[in-house]
Amino acid sequence: MTSHPIRFLLNDTEITLTEVAPDETLLDFLRLSRRLTGTKEGCAEGDCGACTVLAGRLRNGALRYEPVNACIRFLAACHGCHIVTIEHLSPKGAGLHPVQQAMVDHHASQCGFCTPGFVMALYGLWMENGDPSVVEIETALQGNLCRCTGYEPIVKAARAAAAAGGQAMDALARERDGVAARLAAIPAGAEVSKDGKRTILPASEDALAQALLDNPGATLIAGATDVGLWVTKFLRPIAPAIFIGHLMKGVSVSDDEIRLGAGVTYSELLPIIAETMPELTDYLTRIGGWQVRNAGTIGGNIANGSPIGEMPPLLIALNARIVLRRGNSRREIPLEGFFIEYGKQDRQPGEFLESIVVPRPDGARIAGYKVSKRAYSDITAVAMGILIREERGLITEARLAFGGMAGTPKRAVKAEAALRGRPFARDTFEAAAHAVAGDFQPLSDWRASAEYRQAVAANLIRRFWLEQDGEEVRLSRTVEA
Amino acid sequence: MKDRSDTRPAGVAHQSIQHESAHLHVTGRADYTDDLPEPAGTVHAALGLSEIAHGRITALDLNAVRAAPGVLAVLTADDLPGTNDISPAGHGDDPIFAGPEVMFWGQPIFAVVAETRDLARRAAALARVEYEALPHFLDPIAARDGGMDYVTPPLVLKRGDVRAGMAAAPLRLEGRLTVGGQDHFYLEGQIALAVPDAEGMNIFVSTQHPSEVQHMVAHALAVPANQVVVTVRRMGGGFGGKETQMNLFACVAAIAARKLDRPVKLRPDRDEDMSATGKRHDFVIDYKAGYDKHGKILAVEGDFHARCGFSADLSGPVTDRALFHADNAYYYPDVELRSHPQRTNTVSNTAFRGFGGPQGVIAAERIIEEIAYALHLDPLEVRKRNLYQNGQLTPYHQQVEDQILPRIFAELEASCDYAARRQAVLDFNARGGVIRRGIAMTPVKFGISFTATFFNQAGALVHLYTDGSIMVNHGGTEMGQGLHTKIAQIVAEAFQVDISLVRVTRTTTEKVPNTSATAASSGTDLNGMAVLDACDRIKARLAAHFAAARNVAPEEVEFIPGHIRVGAVDIPFAEAVRMAYMARVQLWSDGFYATPKIHWDRATGQGRPFYYFAYGAACAEVSVDTLTGEYVIERADVLHDVGRSLNPAIDLGQVEGGFVQGVGWLTSEELWWDQQGQLRTHAPSTYKIPLASDRPKIFNVALADWSVNAERSIKRSKAVGEPPLMLGISVWEAIGHAVASVADYRLAPRLDAPATPERVLMAVERLRA
Repeated sequence: MTSHPIRFLLNDTEITLTEVAPDETLLDFLRLSRRLTGTKEGCAEGDCGACTVLAGRLRNGALRYEPVNACIRFLAACHGCHIVTIEHLSPKGAGLHPVQQAMVDHHASQCGFCTPGFVMALYGLWMENGDPSVVEIETALQGNLCRCTGYEPIVKAARAAAAAGGQAMDALARERDGVAARLAAIPAGAEVSKDGKRTILPASEDALAQALLDNPGATLIAGATDVGLWVTKFLRPIAPAIFIGHLMKGVSVSDDEIRLGAGVTYSELLPIIAETMPELTDYLTRIGGWQVRNAGTIGGNIANGSPIGEMPPLLIALNARIVLRRGNSRREIPLEGFFIEYGKQDRQPGEFLESIVVPRPDGARIAGYKVSKRAYSDITAVAMGILIREERGLITEARLAFGGMAGTPKRAVKAEAALRGRPFARDTFEAAAHAVAGDFQPLSDWRASAEYRQAVAANLIRRFWLEQDGEEVRLSRTVEA
Repeated sequence: MKDRSDTRPAGVAHQSIQHESAHLHVTGRADYTDDLPEPAGTVHAALGLSEIAHGRITALDLNAVRAAPGVLAVLTADDLPGTNDISPAGHGDDPIFAGPEVMFWGQPIFAVVAETRDLARRAAALARVEYEALPHFLDPIAARDGGMDYVTPPLVLKRGDVRAGMAAAPLRLEGRLTVGGQDHFYLEGQIALAVPDAEGMNIFVSTQHPSEVQHMVAHALAVPANQVVVTVRRMGGGFGGKETQMNLFACVAAIAARKLDRPVKLRPDRDEDMSATGKRHDFVIDYKAGYDKHGKILAVEGDFHARCGFSADLSGPVTDRALFHADNAYYYPDVELRSHPQRTNTVSNTAFRGFGGPQGVIAAERIIEEIAYALHLDPLEVRKRNLYQNGQLTPYHQQVEDQILPRIFAELEASCDYAARRQAVLDFNARGGVIRRGIAMTPVKFGISFTATFFNQAGALVHLYTDGSIMVNHGGTEMGQGLHTKIAQIVAEAFQVDISLVRVTRTTTEKVPNTSATAASSGTDLNGMAVLDACDRIKARLAAHFAAARNVAPEEVEFIPGHIRVGAVDIPFAEAVRMAYMARVQLWSDGFYATPKIHWDRATGQGRPFYYFAYGAACAEVSVDTLTGEYVIERADVLHDVGRSLNPAIDLGQVEGGFVQGVGWLTSEELWWDQQGQLRTHAPSTYKIPLASDRPKIFNVALADWSVNAERSIKRSKAVGEPPLMLGISVWEAIGHAVASVADYRLAPRLDAPATPERVLMAVERLRA
């Protein structure tokens, strides 16, 4: 019984749900409630992409579609969205969509189970990039696993679909204005419950502040790329839950700093980084797959306190600060102070992470490196953010922060000391590479042994020097002409 | 006027047509088992898995499970109507539910059935199990040293006198190679839906082996096989993982369905699937080789220790096949190879594309590599000097008669510009620097046939309807490999009709009984021949009828495109079929095939287990980051032999996909157990199969289009499922080559597999030390 239901568009049907538990997933809703079985479950953790659907959302009045994983997308987080599934691409009796036709023409399906997910990811790419390079296609497909084809025909199909064009005639393009109007008519907030489990979508940031004061024990859910797994893998109760993925999307870039709302996704961050700190774009494309980058937020990556989150090492190196809000009071602290120990952060009950302030590193040398077992869409073994300022050949500022080396993202104090005040030269970085061994006692696990983590941490410092010195130290997916 | 017989109907043999389900795949309309409409009243099961690697259950408290919301039943080993065993090899060592002894972490102990899958999973988590811990052994060497036994009798292959050969060899080497296992990671996980009716049990299951499911369910329910019907339309990938591993899920669903008299579906989640089902066998291989200064191999001795897991499953034939392929493409004058199918406290390992063969092949390639580094030769040169010549005997005394690798090597070397690129790699590395390059060309020779000779049989059923359309059924299953497409092409070719008239239907034990698994790359070889036999029988009846009716010789009745030519008259196909029906000609037939020539005596280690060999070679070039151990595949060139291809597009897809899967096995796919014996890489978040961005940046794949099977296989084609997987070894060796550059190639890189960035960096540091 509520007057604020969850509402969204599913293909061409308007859905209104007055009873939704926070832990209900979009995938189960599609497959079990709507019998839309083209969307598959391959892993239920956002790593295989078989469940890829498009989520269209209004942003500053413009409707934009992005591929997301339905398996870890909570149903409540679809509020105000247009969810598009494989069934919408070529209604019964209609011909194949250019992406689908290209997949057929290039023999790009074998067992076919992953295929709807690939089609949806490629559909998302096709809509926004009329002439993708092979590397751009690979980047778009980082969140989709295929075990049969070896991917070659899928990449060829993506090129062929681009060549076929037809974007202007596409159903979603033709219906864009109508859909935008229907989404705009959906009220911003929602509140429902099912079996006593409450689901709250605050209409505004102020409403969020109040809702969290009223429910200080509530689970905050932004992109759900982590919380989704609490439910699908660990069957953990999350009610009451406050969904915030639609909030805190503001970005402002000034000469001195970049202010990011906590709800900015990795995908939304990418163009900002490309413009302000292009050295770091590679690093960002090593975070998750496309679907994860479309859902996961910068705030969530920080607030969940993981020692292997990608953003903190980078942001700590950049000397970022965060703004925490409780009710109407705010406090700003250095990001590195937020991480107290493994599983413990400096966040009070009723408080939430509102924004991140990143001083622009103009004039400094910066880099972000991530090493993992698989180059893309893998969780960090070791990550390093580094910022070096030098004046007349001497290092005046050295900030090195690592992920995967301790129970929290952490600065390498001894390595920094070996750099500060020393000449900007190979020997100095070699000394820092040796010193970093004293900074951490990493763990051994399935991602990497302690020995490897130590060796890589030292080598990433060496890599930074070599790269600054002009040596080619990065592997590239670009094919040289 | 152009003669009709000069044209070809669409989709007949040797054409590159699309997969029969391509349109359904891309539109999401291809139904997999979980997509079938659930019968009214369907309920859901979930498994309770052990949380100890080896122990005795001292208390199993399932009261909270029973009391959980929506729970309808709980099943343990005490609730089984039939035998608590699903050993595919008849060893009696594979319980459905463990107890009281638990043999690995993740072993099913009980199942719970509830109104929804979610409720069943939540209920299963409420079990309280207490164990008395027993010593556990995870890897085969620890298991051997700890006194664990073999799961199945070992095999020895020998020819000549290896001790004398080794002693006489001017040069010798020995070493150990550790090769990791591999999870199948079929995108569609295991699933079974059991639908009971008054007369029996209907099982819808994702399986490569419906007949085995039928027999296992019959045993589990203690009913005759004729009361169980097993059906599968398609799988979302199999790769060997659904040759025996689906039995657990099918049997539990069936037992629950019988108990409740309701349809029961069992779909484990990915973590349960990866924890509770077997994988490719890990191997530790101790090898010795004697050779001369020209790199010619004189003697080889090898001990192949396999992590078989807690039970035999298919470990006998898998470890046998490792020995069968421990020569790969090379002649060993004196040889002795010994398998050690070691019991371990891990999930029971099983079939996986290549079936032990890849682990044998990689040992041969390691030996070649070691010889080449020791002699400062290009490994390709050593390979060429040791290739089999026709007439030479394998370690199992089969004569090699169809060797084509010299031509494959020569063509691939030319097309990929091997010599110049190898020099460029050496020059690149000579500059020093962080990024190093490596290049390698490796071959595969793979024996085709089930080594258990009796499996090499197949049946088919072909229906010709009076409108000229054709329905085909056979014993093989479709898992994405394109079997049904090729079968339809064979039928279209036989009748000279357009493939749109041919429909291959779901595989079901109701139509063709006593089938073999769709495995060992044999699906098309066996079922294609059986289908062709059925077509030939129908054609013979039609020919006899029209010969008699029109008074021509039977040879004057011909099947030409879209028509049957009777003497000088071309009758449209559908019309001819209709006429034959009116004349009471039987328009359907069964078909059968048993592979000729093969035989194998395991006791003596001699015979001809393989009907023929499939060949191929790949050249891979990589870049390795010597600061992190990361790498990219710059380029791969493949030339592979599928005989006379039934469908070049599908075969290319198998070759490309197999190559990348083989690369995954040897690079990023790592099975990692903690010290307690729990597999910790049990989902794609932790177990990393290749992505699009891991495939070769430049990938040139070609079929040896001049190759024709020397044996009378179906249309002279060759099996393609497994052999290309082993071409991924070229990438592993190329990475080793790049690594070796840091010590100026003086030392063999001795890279173990999988060559994760960590192993690569550690090898770099070892060589630099």
